[in-house]
Amino acid sequence: MSLVKIEGLCKSFGGLEVLRDISLDVERGEVIALIGKSGSGKSTFLRCINGLEQMNSGTIHVDAEPVEADERKLQKLRLKVGMIFQQFNLFPHLTALDNTALALRVVKNMSAAEARAVGLARLEKVGLGHRADSRPHQLSGGQQQRVAIARALAMDPVVLLCDEVTSALDPELVEEVLQVIRRLAEEGMTVIMVTHEMSFARSVCSRVVFMHEGRLHEMGHPEEVFGNPKTPELRQFLGQTASAATAE
Amino acid sequence: MTDFTLQQIIYALVLGARWTVLLSLSAFILGGILGLVLMLGTISQRKWVKLPALGFIWLVQATPLLMQLFLIFFGPALFGKDVPAWMAACIALTLWSSAYLAEIWRGSVLAVQKGQTEAALSLAMLRGQALRYVVLPQAVRMALPPTAGFMVQIVKSTALASIVGFTELMKTGNILSNVTLDPFVVYGLVAIVYFCLCYPLSLVSRKMETVFDVTR
Ligand SMILES: Nc1ncnc2c1ncn2[C@@H]1O[C@H](COP(=O)(O)OP(=O)(O)O)[C@@H](O)[C@H]1O
Ligand SMILES: [Mg+2]
Repeated sequence: MSLVKIEGLCKSFGGLEVLRDISLDVERGEVIALIGKSGSGKSTFLRCINGLEQMNSGTIHVDAEPVEADERKLQKLRLKVGMIFQQFNLFPHLTALDNTALALRVVKNMSAAEARAVGLARLEKVGLGHRADSRPHQLSGGQQQRVAIARALAMDPVVLLCDEVTSALDPELVEEVLQVIRRLAEEGMTVIMVTHEMSFARSVCSRVVFMHEGRLHEMGHPEEVFGNPKTPELRQFLGQTASAATAE
Repeated sequence: MTDFTLQQIIYALVLGARWTVLLSLSAFILGGILGLVLMLGTISQRKWVKLPALGFIWLVQATPLLMQLFLIFFGPALFGKDVPAWMAACIALTLWSSAYLAEIWRGSVLAVQKGQTEAALSLAMLRGQALRYVVLPQAVRMALPPTAGFMVQIVKSTALASIVGFTELMKTGNILSNVTLDPFVVYGLVAIVYFCLCYPLSLVSRKMETVFDVTR
């Protein structure tokens, strides 16, 4: 069975249909780029996968664990799903190390020493072992996002959801974060990422999924999707991002 | 008629002020405990918990404290039960403080960004754990300055207890003013004592605003 299995997912906010009958299977080790216009439902899609948004119909399984409304069942699911946000959402009252160690203690009942050891190992993995005692506001945006990645990795998730993780960063800080994700991908981590970094998607991702008006409009290998887009909507979208990139 | 020296007046006022302090403290502590329960009620996802808590806060904030005090002091008398003035004042101030403190703290909890809870939930914390380890520690820092500020309001509001005959600072002032026939001096001194109680609290409140900036 696929690691992430989504069938017939529908989600509306009030009368607004945001996700329409989405089905997608993600295999272990795949790195999926979700692209599409703002408002096409990419964030909502990711947030349904870890239950931050409740779907109206459909089923989602991650590593055979179903997404359900019940809090305890959601907790079991979320142990398998890490999420990284555009705005980092680090805990400002805790040091980098405590950010990574908190959930290990609270959720996994590790001892303080054990949790710190795991947290420190993950910080080192993202190249920030030396900033373990820094508070988030003392770190650059790129460093904060790397701490957020370390925090998610500390829980040993089987899949990582990334929602525009470089969009809030100054251009010169984007690469250090992408670098970390590239390494995770090489190590076999399963990643579903919403991104505007087309060259990154092209070089790292195994599949690109184009969302349009709440549907998976077109998907395929990066070479196909970028080199030979089939639908006019995708062509238009790629044309716009290309001209936006050259205009910069 | 006896003559009072200034010293004797000040001594009597300080004795009265002890009751003002005691009343303020009990209203703050008891009101704080009840306020915490109320605040947790208002952020509950269960309607039957949330609505009564919000309703109580709204009711208390929409009526004068003096009226609440009268209800508690005179109400039980209708059923042949006497409530001593100190107890009525303590109950009224406790209920009143709890509503305002709950509102202040609710504001602080809601001011902690939604992304914080979402990050905690994404790390597989339960709602209660996210509240306890992520939201409340940040909310407390935000809430401290307005909480200290509200203590000033409590101290000043205890003066209303004099109306039902509780001999705190204000009532002591009334009595002294009647016997000395020198209201200006007596109430001037009363004002100074209130100031000495309240001013440090507002200083602390202002100081905390800079010290407890969460981002620092
Ligand atoms: N909590 C919400 N309540 C109401 N509407 C929402 C909410 N979240 C998102 N939406 C709407 O759903 C649509 C898709 O949003 P989103 O998933 O954020 O798109 P994207 O991430 O692709 O930009 C948008 O029209 C947005 O306004
Ligand atoms: Mg989005």
